[in-house]
Amino acid sequence: MTTLQSYLILSALLFSIGLAGALTRRNAILVLIGIELMLNAANLNFIAFWRYGPHPEALTGVMFALFSIGVAAAEAAVGLALIIAIYRHYKTANLDKVTTLKG
Amino acid sequence: MMNWFNNLSPTSQFVLFSALKVVPAVLVMLFIVAYIVLVERRLCAFIQDRVGPNRAGPLGLLQPMADAVKAFLKEDFMPAHVRPVYYWLAPALVMIPSLLTLAVIPFGSQLGSQKMVVADLNVGILYTFGIVSLGVYGIVLAGYAANSKYPFMGGIRASAQMISYEVAMGLSVIPLFLLVGDLNLSTVIGDQTHGLFSWLVFRQPLAFAIFLCAAFAETNRTPFDLPEAEQELAGGYNVEYSSMKFALFFMGEYANMIAASAMMVTLFFGGWTLPFFGLDQPAATVLGGLVHIGIFLAKLLVLLVLFIWVRWMWPRFRYDQLMNLGWKGLVPLALANIVVTATWLWLKS
Amino acid sequence: MHTGFLLLALLTLASAGAAMCLRNLVHCALCVAISFVSLAALFLTLDAEFVGFAQILVYVGAVAILIVIAILLTRDISGHGQSLVFKPWTLGVGVGALVAGSLVSAVTSSAFTHRELPPAPAATVRQLGESLMTTYVVPLEIIGLLLTAALLGAVLLARRENEGGGRS
Repeated sequence: MTTLQSYLILSALLFSIGLAGALTRRNAILVLIGIELMLNAANLNFIAFWRYGPHPEALTGVMFALFSIGVAAAEAAVGLALIIAIYRHYKTANLDKVTTLKG
Repeated sequence: MMNWFNNLSPTSQFVLFSALKVVPAVLVMLFIVAYIVLVERRLCAFIQDRVGPNRAGPLGLLQPMADAVKAFLKEDFMPAHVRPVYYWLAPALVMIPSLLTLAVIPFGSQLGSQKMVVADLNVGILYTFGIVSLGVYGIVLAGYAANSKYPFMGGIRASAQMISYEVAMGLSVIPLFLLVGDLNLSTVIGDQTHGLFSWLVFRQPLAFAIFLCAAFAETNRTPFDLPEAEQELAGGYNVEYSSMKFALFFMGEYANMIAASAMMVTLFFGGWTLPFFGLDQPAATVLGGLVHIGIFLAKLLVLLVLFIWVRWMWPRFRYDQLMNLGWKGLVPLALANIVVTATWLWLKS
Repeated sequence: MHTGFLLLALLTLASAGAAMCLRNLVHCALCVAISFVSLAALFLTLDAEFVGFAQILVYVGAVAILIVIAILLTRDISGHGQSLVFKPWTLGVGVGALVAGSLVSAVTSSAFTHRELPPAPAATVRQLGESLMTTYVVPLEIIGLLLTAALLGAVLLARRENEGGGRS
C-alpha cells in the first residue's frame, strides 16, 4: 500500500514545480497559477498527515485544508481582479512592463 | 448461473451491479433526450397555434430517428479559422457533466437487494454541485475554439451567468440540509416520506423558487438563454458547429435539463416516493421497485414539460437584468432564507 | 506502490509541469485544471470525500474557470515574439530544484513517514459541521469576513478607472 512518504514526496515535487513556475514566468496569471499549485501541495500534505496521523477523529487536517481552499478562492478573486485592472492600465499582463509606481 | 455469480469476489460483484445500473440509466437518459426534443417541438407548436412535426411515423414519433440520421449524415464541416483541439473537445465536455450528475441521483428504491443509485455518496449534493460547475468548460472552450467574435462573446456571457447562478443555486439548498441534517440524497428522500406536506417543496417553497430560477440560468434556457441569443449573437457559442458536433451541444442542453430536473425531483419532490398506497417505503418486490422507478420518471417528465412551457411563454431577459436578478435578488433572498430557517430551527429546539 | 496512486501522481505532476511550461496560456489554464482534478482524486483516495469535492467545486469549477476568463480577457496585444520567462530562468528553476531536493531528502530521511495506512476514520459530514460550529467557529467567522472583503475588493478593483461612482 501507499505510504505517507509517497504522498509527501508528491507534494514536495508539486510545490517545487509551482515555485519554479512562479519565479520564472513573466505573465502575472501564470505566477498566480504557480501560487495556487503551491497552496494545493500544502493541502495535500494536510490531508495526508490527517489520514496517517494518530488522531484522525480531531479533523484538524481536514479543517486546515477546507480553510485553505476558502482563502485560495478569495486570493484568486482578488488576484485576478488586480491583473485585469493592471491590464486595463498598461494593456499587458507582463510583469516586466509593470514597473512604474505612478500611473 | 447463481453459483457462478456467488463465486465472484465482492469487488467484481460491485463492478457488475454498477455496470448494470449505469448502462440502462444512460440509455434511458439518451432516450428521454431524444423524445423531449420532440415534445418540445410539438408543445411549442401548440403554444404558437401550429401543428409541429407530425409526418415521421404516427404522431411524429419517429422524428427523433429522422433527426439523428440527419445529424450523422450531414457533412462534418470544420471552418478554417477554428482551433482544432478545442473544437473537438468542447462538444464532448458539454455532455459529460450532466451524465456524471446522474450517478448520485437515487432513481428508484431497490430492485431485489440492490439500491437503485449508482453511487450512494455521503456528500452527494456537494458532488452534484462540483460536477455542475464543470459544465462551464464546454461552453467557454466552444467560444474560444470558434476563434471569432460572436461565439466568444456567447462563451464569456455563459460563463459569467453560470458562475453567478451557481452561487444562488448553492445557497438555495442550504436550508434543505438544515432541515434534513445530512448531505446524502437518499436520506433527503427518506426525510420526505411523512405525507405529501413533508415534501421539501412545501416546507421550503422559497428555496424551490430560487433553485428553479437558477436551474433555468444554469441550463441556458429561456428566460435566461442569453449565451445563445439568436437575435444578438447569431446563435452564441455554437455558431461555428455543424452536423453531429452541433447535435451534441443540442443534446447537452437537454441532458442538462434532465440532470437539473432529476435534482429537483430528489431535493424537493420526494424522489421516487409517493405519499399514497404505501409507496413511500423501499419496495419489497421487483414490481414495486419498477413502480418506484416509474414514479421518478413521471415526476421528471412533469418538470421537463415545465421547462419547455416556460421557454415558450416567456421573453428573454436583458443581460444586466439577468445579473441584477442573480446578485441583487436571488443571492440575498437565499441568504435571508438560510438565516430565517436556522433561527426557526434554533427557536424550535 | 499502489498503481492508482502512481497514475494519479504522474498525472498531477505532468499536468502541473505542463501548466508552468506551455506557451499558450489557455493550455496552461486547462492543464492546471487537470492537475486540480487529479489532486481531488488523490484526496478521495485518502478518504477525505468532503475536501475532494470541495476541491472540485472551488478550484476546478471556480478558480480555474476564472483563470481561463482572465486569460481570455487579457490577451497581450503588444508582447508578441517576446520571451515568456524572465531571462536568467535557470535561477528560478534552480531555486525550485533546490527546494525540491531539500524537501525530498528531509521526507525520505524521516522515520515517521514510513507509516502504513491506518484503518479509515469515520469522518462524517455531521462531524465536520459540528466541529466547524464549535471548535473552529472563530476561523469560520473570519473566513466569512475575508470572503466578503475579497468580493467587495474584487468588484472595486475590476471597475473601470474613469467611471466616477454611480454605475457599477
